[in-house]
Amino acid sequence: MAGYVHASTGQRGRRSGRLTEPLIVRVLLIAIALGFLFLFLVLPLATVFTEAFASGTAAYLDAIREPDALAALRLTLLAAAIAVPANLVFGVCAGWAIARFQFRGKQLLTTLIDLPFAVSPVISGMVFVLLFGRQGVLGPWVADHDIKIVFAVPGIVLATIFVSFPFVAREIIPVMEAAGSQEEEAARVLGAGGLQTFFRVTLPNIKWGLLYGVILCNARAMGEFGAVSVVSGKIRGVTNTLPLHVEILYNEYAFQAAFAVSSLLAFLAIVTLIVKTVVERRMGAAVEAVPEAAAAPQLS
Amino acid sequence: MSIQVNHLTKRYGAFRALDDVSFTVRQGELLALLGPSGGGKTTLLRIIAGLERPDEGSVLFDGDDAIRRDPRDRGVGFVFQHYALFRHMTVFENVAFGLRVRPRAQRPEEAEIRRRVNELLSLVQLDYLGSRYPSQLSGGQRQRVALARALAVEPKVLLLDEPFGALDAKVRQELRRWLRRLHAEIHLTSVFVTHDQEEALELANRVVIINEGRIEQDGTPEEVVEHPATPFVVNFLGQVNIFHGRVQEGKALLGPLALEYPEHPHTEARTAAGYSRPHELAVSRTDDEGGGLWAVITDVRVAGAIVKLEVIDDERRPIQVELGREQYESIRATVGERVYVKPRKVRVFMDK
Repeated sequence: MAGYVHASTGQRGRRSGRLTEPLIVRVLLIAIALGFLFLFLVLPLATVFTEAFASGTAAYLDAIREPDALAALRLTLLAAAIAVPANLVFGVCAGWAIARFQFRGKQLLTTLIDLPFAVSPVISGMVFVLLFGRQGVLGPWVADHDIKIVFAVPGIVLATIFVSFPFVAREIIPVMEAAGSQEEEAARVLGAGGLQTFFRVTLPNIKWGLLYGVILCNARAMGEFGAVSVVSGKIRGVTNTLPLHVEILYNEYAFQAAFAVSSLLAFLAIVTLIVKTVVERRMGAAVEAVPEAAAAPQLS
Repeated sequence: MSIQVNHLTKRYGAFRALDDVSFTVRQGELLALLGPSGGGKTTLLRIIAGLERPDEGSVLFDGDDAIRRDPRDRGVGFVFQHYALFRHMTVFENVAFGLRVRPRAQRPEEAEIRRRVNELLSLVQLDYLGSRYPSQLSGGQRQRVALARALAVEPKVLLLDEPFGALDAKVRQELRRWLRRLHAEIHLTSVFVTHDQEEALELANRVVIINEGRIEQDGTPEEVVEHPATPFVVNFLGQVNIFHGRVQEGKALLGPLALEYPEHPHTEARTAAGYSRPHELAVSRTDDEGGGLWAVITDVRVAGAIVKLEVIDDERRPIQVELGREQYESIRATVGERVYVKPRKVRVFMDK
């Protein structure tokens, strides 16, 4: 959604071309924007990498190769590998339901999808402790069946799913609404079944929005700290994710190691941004084709 | 294939989109569903295609119940108002879609698909555009691609929703002629929805006029024009002058007009209105024959072969008149002059 808006305003700005503001205002505004960007984004990012390599490449590699760090990396990847597909399926279902059907409680569902955005991550984590913890509602049942959720990997996966679930749904709802359902109806009349319609017509239309949602979802899943921190219990090498591992190292004054592990997350963020930019550009192109197709007469 | 629509009713909440609608489309017919926007025509078309379910009533294809059948098994071709072309596919793939999604056993060979698609593209005169994407086509071209795509599955019925609605006047004229030729060639049972009476009358073998979810009239273009069944039909099919009044004892007294009206011989008076089209009025300088009214000319406009006059009667009600150029030349009346206006034809409808 955000990408779509950026892309279209950018286009309009380029087209109108002329700015009325005097040069000094323009220079000032750009300077302020760039100054902020430098102070709050570029500088910290650069610090992460300089500190990470402060004691040399060997120390950097050691910090990353350390077993607890590797375990944290594995857990982070595992949580994302479960949360992202789960939220992909959920997002497509919810997006489809909201964009295509009229039903009671639709508004409520749309609002509820945003809940993880509205609620503090700490509370998101607490919810699972309260639910599955020893004193929790489902705690005794879970204990009886010898399932460990809180302070174990399942809890981390659940918390990760919770905090990252709005992304896919929120990205594809506007895309599906813009595309409309006429192409799907056309496919049905032409003899396509439900799955054929989805894979041949719906999916190609929403693929860039979907991919964009998946990227954001993945970034959140890997970077989440608060919610995971509450359910994790921070058992080294067992229930530590990368962000939690960074905090532990930092609290132990192992600054160089903390920054080295941080650099992995920072690197991940940069990759995410690059992929996101590429996808946004493709999505912008795809979205532009929509109004053109809808507005028919422009004949010579 | 023939289509029989029986007592269809469709509600959206308290709103009745269709109210007990019945009609038949005969094999090979080109039928127009004509009416104002929001009158239920598109809903009706979508129910026939299976994109919507009626609350009551049935749709029979050659006598078989079609409601239970999924749209994919109905054998209909549907052309959407905004074409609904698959925008990520080329023109060729759009047309080939219906063949490619068939179950493997019924799917033609790739070479056969190519042959069929190319044949259809040349039928709609677009064979040179197969590799383009819909966004690269003009409105008229998209329309024809949509038609080719619908025909690719060899439907037994073709349904078109406002097929020319989104096109400019010249292209619309062209496509209209072209569609009529096509229909004459392949003789496919076809139903199209339109709010343009000219389009319906020019193109269709039969016209079903729908308003507020009900059928107002079902007949040939000539029938609906010459013998409109309701005041709505008279109004909808073109400009008309209305004379309000009442009927009693075999006479109609409609403002300045007095006519014979044997349809209502009773002594009880009923309110009624007479309808007369601008070209059904004669204008003269004298009242030799009677049966008309005196009026003053307020406007004269020459529009090609016809002359449009606006006159007002003694009570300042405006009346529109259309005369042939020669007729006008023969009376030579101008603005401000008094003339005698006599309707050659008045259709009288009693109020319900």
